[in-house]
Amino acid sequence: MKIVAICGSGIGSSGILKVNAERVLKRLELEADVTAAHLSSLSSDAADAQVILTSAEFVDAIGPTNADVIVIENYFDTEELARKLEAALG
Amino acid sequence: MPLPTLAESAIIVGAEADDWRAAVRLAGRALFESGATLPGYSDEMIRMIDEHGPYVVIAPGLALAHARPGPDVLADGLAVVTLATPVVFGHPHNDPVSVVLGLAIKSAETHLETVAELANVFNDSSAISRLTTAASVAEIQEILGNAS
Repeated sequence: MKIVAICGSGIGSSGILKVNAERVLKRLELEADVTAAHLSSLSSDAADAQVILTSAEFVDAIGPTNADVIVIENYFDTEELARKLEAALG
Repeated sequence: MPLPTLAESAIIVGAEADDWRAAVRLAGRALFESGATLPGYSDEMIRMIDEHGPYVVIAPGLALAHARPGPDVLADGLAVVTLATPVVFGHPHNDPVSVVLGLAIKSAETHLETVAELANVFNDSSAISRLTTAASVAEIQEILGNAS
């Protein structure tokens, strides 16, 4: 299982998504490799991803993909992350 | 690794900003004055938002302004600006913003430890409201967990 967190810079906000996604996955006892990436590296980083975590702003730029695109509103709300990850993976 | 030490010069309490650009510039000024960046980093942070939209508003009331590692970054650094009057970034869910964090990262490879510490602080949903009402630099240092 591969999950990619996307933001404009590949640091900062996508890093927070990665860190919190890993915490939530551990709690849910799900195995996944989570990568933080920026839009311009998306094609290489996300080619084989099952899930993309991002903000609403990037959905159009991400474009067509086989991955489930999950939009996160509050990056610090691990309940929101858990709910949305569980729905996508469960 | 704890958060980059939050110097007094990296904190601005109860600032007035006319709009989100002015608020991000205040965070840029605090990063510059604390020695983390050159003055040009403010423009880099604003350019990220102009280019990609208000995605930096990652939680209700909180913006994490940042740009990519580059020549304007001298050292890893964090700045905290609290606003007397919240500003609107144009985010669909998390406006208006009362707390602007400025983040400068020297190398993408090592930054995850820093953001993990940020997550430790802000995964507590009361942290943003406590910062919003904090009246002093010392209070803000305490909330960020590195009071000295």
